[in-house]
Amino acid sequence: MPGKLKAKIVAGRHLPVMDRASDLTDAFVEVKFGNTTFKTDVYPKSLNPQWNSEWFKFEVDDEDLQDEPLQITVLDHDTYSANDAIGKVYIDIDPLLCSEAATVISGWLPIYDTIHGIRGEINVLVKVDLFNDLNRFRQSSCGVKFFCTTSIPRCYRAIMVHGFVEELVVNEDPEYQWIDRIRTPRASNEARQRLIFLMSGELQRKIGLKVLEMGGNAVVGYLQCFDLEGESGLVVRAIGTACTLEKISTFPATATHPSNSSPSKDMKEPVFGEEAPGVPLSSGPPTPLRAQTFSSFSPSKSYSRQSSSSDTELSLTPKTGMGSGGSAGKDAGPLKALLKQQTQSALEQREYPFFTLTVFPPGFLLHVGGVVSARSVKLLDRIHNPDEPETRDAWWEEIRQEIKSHAKSLGCHAVVGYSESTSICEEVCILSASGTAAILSSRFMQDGPLDTELRLSQQPLCVFSTGSERVEGDMGSSASLGFEEVVSPGCGFCHIPYDELNIPFPAQLTYCYCCRRYKVPDVLFTTIDLPTEASVTGKGCLIQARLCRTKKKAQGEVNATAISNLLPFLEYELHTQLMNKLKLRGMNALFGLRIQISVGETMLLGLASATGVYLTALPSPGGIQIVGKTPSDITYEQHISNMQKKINDTITKNKELYEINPPEVVEEIIGSPIPEPRQRSRLFRSHSESSDDVSEIDLSHGKKDAFVLEIDDTDAVEDIHALLTDSPTPAGFYSCNTEIMPGIQNWTSAIQMFTSVRVFRLNANLTNQGLNKIFSDLCENLLKSLYFKLRSMVPCCLCHLNFTVAIPEDELIQVAVTAVALSFDKEQTLENGKQSGEKTPIKAITENDEQLQFNLELNAETSSSSISPKGLSEVGSHPSARAPSVDYSSFADRCSSWIEQLKLKAHTIRRGSVKTTSSMEKASPLPEGRSRSLRSNRSYSGSSVAVVKMTPLSFIPGAKIIKYLGIINMFFIRETSSLREEGGVSGFLHTFIAEVFAMVRAHVAALGGNAVVSYSMKECVFMENPNKNQAQCLINVSGDAVIFVRESELELTSVQPQSATTQTSNGGEGT
Amino acid sequence: MSVELDVFVGNTTIMDKEVYQLWLNGYTVNDAVKVRIEGGVMEECEASAEVLLSDTMDQYRTFQMCERLLHHPAKLANQLLFQIPPDRQAMLIERYYAFDDLFVREVLGKKLSKGTKKDLDDVSTKTGITLKSCRRQFDNFKRVFKVVEELKGPLVENIRQHFLLPDQLARDYAAIVFFANNRFETGKKKLQYLTFQDFAFCAGQLINNWTLGAVDNMMEDMDVDLDKEFLQDLKDLKILITDKDLLDQHKSLVCTALRGKTNVYNEMEANFKNLSRGLVNIAAKLINAKDVRDFFIDLVEKFIEPCRSDKWTSIDMNLYLTHYTNSAHILDTFKHHAVWTRYMGVIKSCILRLYHD
Repeated sequence: MPGKLKAKIVAGRHLPVMDRASDLTDAFVEVKFGNTTFKTDVYPKSLNPQWNSEWFKFEVDDEDLQDEPLQITVLDHDTYSANDAIGKVYIDIDPLLCSEAATVISGWLPIYDTIHGIRGEINVLVKVDLFNDLNRFRQSSCGVKFFCTTSIPRCYRAIMVHGFVEELVVNEDPEYQWIDRIRTPRASNEARQRLIFLMSGELQRKIGLKVLEMGGNAVVGYLQCFDLEGESGLVVRAIGTACTLEKISTFPATATHPSNSSPSKDMKEPVFGEEAPGVPLSSGPPTPLRAQTFSSFSPSKSYSRQSSSSDTELSLTPKTGMGSGGSAGKDAGPLKALLKQQTQSALEQREYPFFTLTVFPPGFLLHVGGVVSARSVKLLDRIHNPDEPETRDAWWEEIRQEIKSHAKSLGCHAVVGYSESTSICEEVCILSASGTAAILSSRFMQDGPLDTELRLSQQPLCVFSTGSERVEGDMGSSASLGFEEVVSPGCGFCHIPYDELNIPFPAQLTYCYCCRRYKVPDVLFTTIDLPTEASVTGKGCLIQARLCRTKKKAQGEVNATAISNLLPFLEYELHTQLMNKLKLRGMNALFGLRIQISVGETMLLGLASATGVYLTALPSPGGIQIVGKTPSDITYEQHISNMQKKINDTITKNKELYEINPPEVVEEIIGSPIPEPRQRSRLFRSHSESSDDVSEIDLSHGKKDAFVLEIDDTDAVEDIHALLTDSPTPAGFYSCNTEIMPGIQNWTSAIQMFTSVRVFRLNANLTNQGLNKIFSDLCENLLKSLYFKLRSMVPCCLCHLNFTVAIPEDELIQVAVTAVALSFDKEQTLENGKQSGEKTPIKAITENDEQLQFNLELNAETSSSSISPKGLSEVGSHPSARAPSVDYSSFADRCSSWIEQLKLKAHTIRRGSVKTTSSMEKASPLPEGRSRSLRSNRSYSGSSVAVVKMTPLSFIPGAKIIKYLGIINMFFIRETSSLREEGGVSGFLHTFIAEVFAMVRAHVAALGGNAVVSYSMKECVFMENPNKNQAQCLINVSGDAVIFVRESELELTSVQPQSATTQTSNGGEGT
Repeated sequence: MSVELDVFVGNTTIMDKEVYQLWLNGYTVNDAVKVRIEGGVMEECEASAEVLLSDTMDQYRTFQMCERLLHHPAKLANQLLFQIPPDRQAMLIERYYAFDDLFVREVLGKKLSKGTKKDLDDVSTKTGITLKSCRRQFDNFKRVFKVVEELKGPLVENIRQHFLLPDQLARDYAAIVFFANNRFETGKKKLQYLTFQDFAFCAGQLINNWTLGAVDNMMEDMDVDLDKEFLQDLKDLKILITDKDLLDQHKSLVCTALRGKTNVYNEMEANFKNLSRGLVNIAAKLINAKDVRDFFIDLVEKFIEPCRSDKWTSIDMNLYLTHYTNSAHILDTFKHHAVWTRYMGVIKSCILRLYHD
């Protein structure tokens, strides 16, 4: 009985008229948790009832507390007939279960009905008294913090990054139960909403347990998704990165630096001590993992360099030993790996060295190998036990294994920026996973403080060979050893992680344009955010590749085969498009790459979005050269040369637009002589060699300077035309799908988050080309509309532009975009860019506290990475043996992989450097505080609603997040049978999205927050039946509720104003 | 290929003032797009007609969704559906409740009933204001009327508080409510030269001086009805015209005072009795609701028109009314000084306001 949930119903307002005769309502409230229900008295004849109820108390297990939502139902009392439901409120009480999050839920929450939408508001108070339960066999995981944010949350520091956690739960979809035939749509929708709430709770609890088992206390980059499989069930799955986080206690960032000198003792010990009782160390299997947890801490205590390295060495030797043979040892791997796997089976969740993070503390990310992805087509009607998660677990396992082996083949032991997704059409399901192969630093674990010391004194780092061996265990190549020397200024993380002579794919290597010492590829694709310390020339921009492919209508296996056959071509073309567009903009790297493949009855849709930038460390991209096939024809020649001219003009224009003017010549002179010819010849060789799968997706196409496009048929001509039709962003606008835009720092406080949805009806019988054009225009026009809508914010940047495409039914394409527009101050842009170099050393120091507290638990990586990669082509097929269903293909797109080398100058341009704009905030002191409107229960009380900001970014410009209040994860269904009356499909969806926003804001405000960060709309499933005047929509949103304070306010308030600032309600100001 | 669905929802609701005005003016989406294109917004923002159409539709939808809230402006601040900054809220309300002077002249003083609403299409054709806009304005009048009808306390203040309107607009609405309640006739041809602001001014005078609230603002009765007691007392003023001596005395006093000071002295002298009878008769009849309706007609017919045909200037008028009012106090047998002052104060300022071309 470890928890007592208390709820109090205070009042209602704006209730709908339920009694036509009196134009009033006799409302009462049912409060339900689990199987217990309480009722308030009926408040007769009022649209603004004042129940002011007693405290309803529920004594429940904390397991239930995690799984169940508090369900509040507002009803209209009717003496003679059944009481009419007005609507419901589901309250996720998870944030109250964590001591560091919210303490009370209090405020006006919209009363929601799946048919009528929001029908008034209810004021409630919810509290939880939690009794500590140290039972090691407990099923609950209260206290584990969840963050949607894919970076270390702003007011925490990472002590340890444990690794990948995943979980999946399955249930029958209420919409497909037999009972659905006889119950009302409302009952069915509510059953669904409730079920998903329960499943999310259960999922979160289970993931929490895994985290506790790993010794962590938080999940960062928590990504939860729904798969509406239809008949076979409803799947809720989630992935995340387990971490041990510690709250940064000192309030202003500047206050932390005095402690820099010896933070290991000051900060780590207490945390560890505190954690020890909470984590039942003895309960876990006595694996080397535990031992290592200890060893990672001991050096910091002993403060001895020697002992630290030897310690780790000891604990790691049994695991990494076999890998040390370097690339040659790869073949010997599998057997040992198998053995290894058996012993590690208890630690299944650590099997995957995956990280859902996209932003890393400085120095964590050593190298980036390139994008790895895998897809697999499955048939849902072939699941043996649809109610059990095993089959889906096995599916994902295959994919993850594949991803892992791809990463390995790139010489990387980890995958960062990892995400998973599905696309379902009838019984066909495409599972996709992608990430960025990378090498992460492990030294933070043992040598953190020393490392930082060195950083501070600006000395080159000594070589810790032990560390490097451990990390690059199974590669052990000269390159990997080599970069250790350079790591010091941060330049090291971009060197190629794979062996130069043994490149897994054809790539063009040159010496880094920053340090001139190590090899970098010519182009780099990644799924992560642009590292803050990366040096970038000019600005970035959104780059999208869009593709449609028709396919024949088919059933079952035939259909699945057709889809799997199409997939590689789709991916190949997407990559070609991306590459062309990248070159066209004169850029050489993509960040935040997200490739979405959507399947419909008669077509496949592919949308790749990424942010292109020019990395200073990478070579300047060559132009695009068009080569015709029939050189004899003069007019044709002319046509070609015209096109060539157009392309060249575009490149020049783009370079100007994005301010890409690398100091190429100067660099060339300064740099050491590069053995260019040798490079090239070797490259050609590797190009010609490639004959398997991989070569298809080889995008480097050989020659360096001119990227050759051969025009051999009309398709190619179309492609080039398409290339040139991408209209440039209007003046004053920038766009990216990453968190930050390089080259812009001085954000103002003006932010505008928005969601835009469009559905297009296609004509039948379109060709691939026609479809492509339509789809491309659809995306382009959508962007244009966004620019137009947001024109008042100019100069501004659309950040985190997240496109999702779907094929809701035949001949319909749905595109949904969620993004945020951030205004910036133009005047300062130029100056800042120039000054940042001088300014940042100070910042680099302040950041060190973060760096040195950062640890990585790498056993998972090292152990699992010992499974040696087989031939790439093999990987695709081997999992099918295990899969219970027909496995038609799992496609490694393992497209393109590059690494980059970045020059880390003395400065690190952090996102945090928006601090410089704090002075501007004063101009617009918005009512950020939250109004606790308990007393103001009359509708004319004049208290306005507290402003809640929403943003898909993990931060708020010009403000500091001082508290995370918990995760917001909401699922809503809206249905109507009077579509026309509600303004048609657009009116219906417009209202629904606005309602979802309103409910998110209200719940955040009730938690005491004033913003949602890392907000995303994960699902927007829209179905319509205009003939029946009906429509239905499902929306799933998530984010982190936070309290932020403006930096300008921060300077005024003294230290520790956490509760004070938030409680001073200036919400009334808004009147 | 066609766009089946197209929505844009911002966390902070985006509203374009220009489009809002077009919507308020009752333009259809297509007409609004045309106006916007002519306005040159496309060149400014490198947009296409398609983009403009999408934006306009979207905005229109937003406004339609907001309209429900605008009917109860206080709700706008308390609702959760749209996050609108306070200054935007104020703008939305102010513009929504703004009205066309042309339109208001058509319905001023009419009963705000369904019958009147049915005739709005005539008003629309006559004024050139779209029917949609006419309906909105009419419904606004009616809504405000219904709410304040039942309320105690000062009219203007009530309107301002319940509809969160700026002071001037609240005063205008008070005038509209006052006119509608007392059904003042304003549509007659002879009154056509008067603007809404002329009437609004008079309404302000009447509200401030002739209603119950004017005597005792702590009284809980309404500002919309005229003070019955006062109207009753006005009958006593009849003595000024029925008593021959008094009338003559009054005339001589005024003539003495004005002699040499005005160019229209002769006309004034000749007309004095008629004019005075006119004004006093108006006062005496006000006790009948029907005659209240004709108040402005009477003022114009009985006083303003004769003076105008005699080519009085405003200065003449002012001079005359001042002395006319003051002289009455000197009459020995005239006892109703308070009522006279209260009556003539309003009459004088009204006439001065209404006396123009």
